[in-house]
Amino acid sequence: MPVNYIDMARTFKSNAEQVGLVQGHRLCPGCGAPVVVKFTLMTVRKLGFEPVVGLATGCLEVSTTIYPYTAWTVPYIHNAFENVAATMSGVETAAKSLKKFGEMPEDKKFAFIAFAGDGGTYDIGIQSLSGMVERGHKVLYVLYDNEGYMNTGNQRSGGTPTGSNTTTAPVGKVIPGKVQIKKSIVDIIGAHEGVYAATASISDPADFFAKVEKALNFDGPSFIAALSPCIRFWRIPDGAANSISKLAVETKYWPLYEIDRGVYRITRKPRQFKPLIEFLKAQGRFKPLLSRPDADKIVNALQEYVDKRWERLLALEEATKDKYLR
Amino acid sequence: MMNIDLKKSKAVTGAAAVANAMRQIEPHVVAAYPITPQTPIVEYFAKFVADGVVRTEMIPVESEHSAMSAVVGAAAAGARAMTATSANGLALMHEIVYIAASSRLPIVMPVVNRALSGPINIHCDHSDAMAERDSGWIQLYAETNQEAYDLTILAIKLAEHEDVRLPVMVNLDGFILSHGVEPVEFLSDEVVKEFVGKPKKVYPLLDTENPVTYGPLDLYDYYFEHKRQQVEAMEHAKKLFPRVAEEFEKISGRKYDFVEPYKLDDAEYVMVALGSTNSTIKYVVDWMREEGFKVGALKIWMFRPFPKEKIQYYLNGRKAVVVLDRAASFGAEAPLYEAVKSALYEATIRPRLGSYVYGLGGRDIVPEHIRKAFMDAIEGNLLVDEQRYLGLRE
Ligand SMILES: Cc1ncc(C[n+]2csc(CCOP(=O)(O)OP(=O)(O)O)c2C)c(N)n1
Ligand code: SF4
Ligand SMILES: [Mg+2]
Repeated sequence: MPVNYIDMARTFKSNAEQVGLVQGHRLCPGCGAPVVVKFTLMTVRKLGFEPVVGLATGCLEVSTTIYPYTAWTVPYIHNAFENVAATMSGVETAAKSLKKFGEMPEDKKFAFIAFAGDGGTYDIGIQSLSGMVERGHKVLYVLYDNEGYMNTGNQRSGGTPTGSNTTTAPVGKVIPGKVQIKKSIVDIIGAHEGVYAATASISDPADFFAKVEKALNFDGPSFIAALSPCIRFWRIPDGAANSISKLAVETKYWPLYEIDRGVYRITRKPRQFKPLIEFLKAQGRFKPLLSRPDADKIVNALQEYVDKRWERLLALEEATKDKYLR
Repeated sequence: MMNIDLKKSKAVTGAAAVANAMRQIEPHVVAAYPITPQTPIVEYFAKFVADGVVRTEMIPVESEHSAMSAVVGAAAAGARAMTATSANGLALMHEIVYIAASSRLPIVMPVVNRALSGPINIHCDHSDAMAERDSGWIQLYAETNQEAYDLTILAIKLAEHEDVRLPVMVNLDGFILSHGVEPVEFLSDEVVKEFVGKPKKVYPLLDTENPVTYGPLDLYDYYFEHKRQQVEAMEHAKKLFPRVAEEFEKISGRKYDFVEPYKLDDAEYVMVALGSTNSTIKYVVDWMREEGFKVGALKIWMFRPFPKEKIQYYLNGRKAVVVLDRAASFGAEAPLYEAVKSALYEATIRPRLGSYVYGLGGRDIVPEHIRKAFMDAIEGNLLVDEQRYLGLRE
């Protein structure tokens, strides 16, 4: 039976500690990252798994474990920036081995969850992630995608959108901010074939929970890319993480879909789409771009891109229907 | 020199000896990536896993960085975890090598010493291990395949001792030992298993009843104290090593110490070195003693923590000490020389000192080179501030 989110809210309302991440952490008010964590861990708990969490260096890590404090009430390990997937490969393998050696009960139901930012995923950690997925470790890797190196002050990453203003690809007199297009990370991970990969949005908890549930029950590695608005560097009000995420889905900026062993499925098909400019306009990080004389040209190109990508997704869904690769 | 009962021994390479030690230890997890000359260790071990000879779970990682990261995860989880590497592999691990030590994870890693790039080279020197000498790992160096085998087993007990909890590198010279065949006397599987015992799980990550946070952000208010604790742990390692060595002697009859003196009783001229070169030095000592020269050798088994007191004990009052380094420290004195020289600052009768760098990138070292360095010492031809080279074209 799929997890029901009203029931979920009831379960955890008076039992916040059980989720795994408690208050007192020092993330900015309104940050999307802890919501991503909580949505994931609530599902883990609800389904009766015992979470063991790994983190890559980044905002979420530095803000939740400032020694001698920790905001984590579940087992937690942070190793370095680029290696959460390898670290969790080791943790997961240790559990398997300890069970084999008879040093741990066979029926102990762990959920190994890696959380990492876009820097730790698209860029410096992609090798480690690819290795983990290729080897088939049963780890759920959750990317909280705030589209830049936020911990170190808003530098560009492979997940930063075109035209966004960052400190290492600033919108200048000549160069209009980041000129490259954001990597399609879910396609990259999905191409490993023996994996469940999906996008998720905190604005759609039901879809989010369902994907975590699917990931946990998947016989192999899984990957969820969750858009995670950054209050500080997206230049948005501290109550806007949810509405911006919603806009991202409604403008085709962040389509909700999954790739299950090669089979594409769009999990939400909005009846009507909003123009991409609404998503861009709502965030200060695009303001320098939008005040350029050539803004229209760039915005039109981006609109065209998201339209094409949506068409492609529909086509892939059609083409791969029921054709599981493994 | 070690007495090996040839009847009980087998002729094997250093790599096979180490892989066999790993088979007997049977760690829960091995994560490794191949690199010459470490490769045969991983290959032998992978075969043990494939044949079901061990229950170990092997992670064939995509890089050494991930190998060290995975064993850190596994060790934190509560498993006994091992890896092995060489040169560039060790350099690629570097970041996580420090994290393993500061997380106090008792990982044992055979390092098959090979020259660091660049230029790329596959042969023996100690530049790889020396680049990690301040990482917080205990470093042991083997002279022979027997020692590589013994030290791998002994290292487990030292690393996991509750007052130590530090990772250990067991260094063995690339090709010279790893691919060279020597007689090795193996212990029985039961004896090894009993000696290493089951690892004690200390704050295991997988204990969901008692959740712990590994790897928190540690700023100016605590980091310093934690580093101080690492210094202390190294001191403990120094204190406890003789006890662990004694226990090992009980099961093997082979005695290990921080250093091994060779014909030192009346020696006036002493050579100090790490690793397999000590066999050649001993040969030269014998040869020169036949000619009446009062020469001897001091082999360093444990380089980190550095056994300063032993150095002082054995070298104080000698006429001259020659230190051989298989690594250079560009712009400073060679690492072993620097450490020995510093230890002798407090000696009441300081010997004359000479620094000789040799064997970089696998350059052969022959008895004549060693004799030459001894003769420099005997003839009073040593300069404390002059780094000399053996076997170099100049
Ligand atoms: C090897 C290494 N390189 C660089 C850094 C510096 N660094 C720490 S966090 C970070 C950016 C993290 O970005 P991301 O993964 O997107 O997480 P976020 O902070 O945005 O949540 C960088 C560059 C590091 N810690 N380690
Ligand atoms: S800087 Fe951004 S990502 Fe980091 S804690 Fe603040 S809002 Fe969250
Ligand atoms: Mg980020």
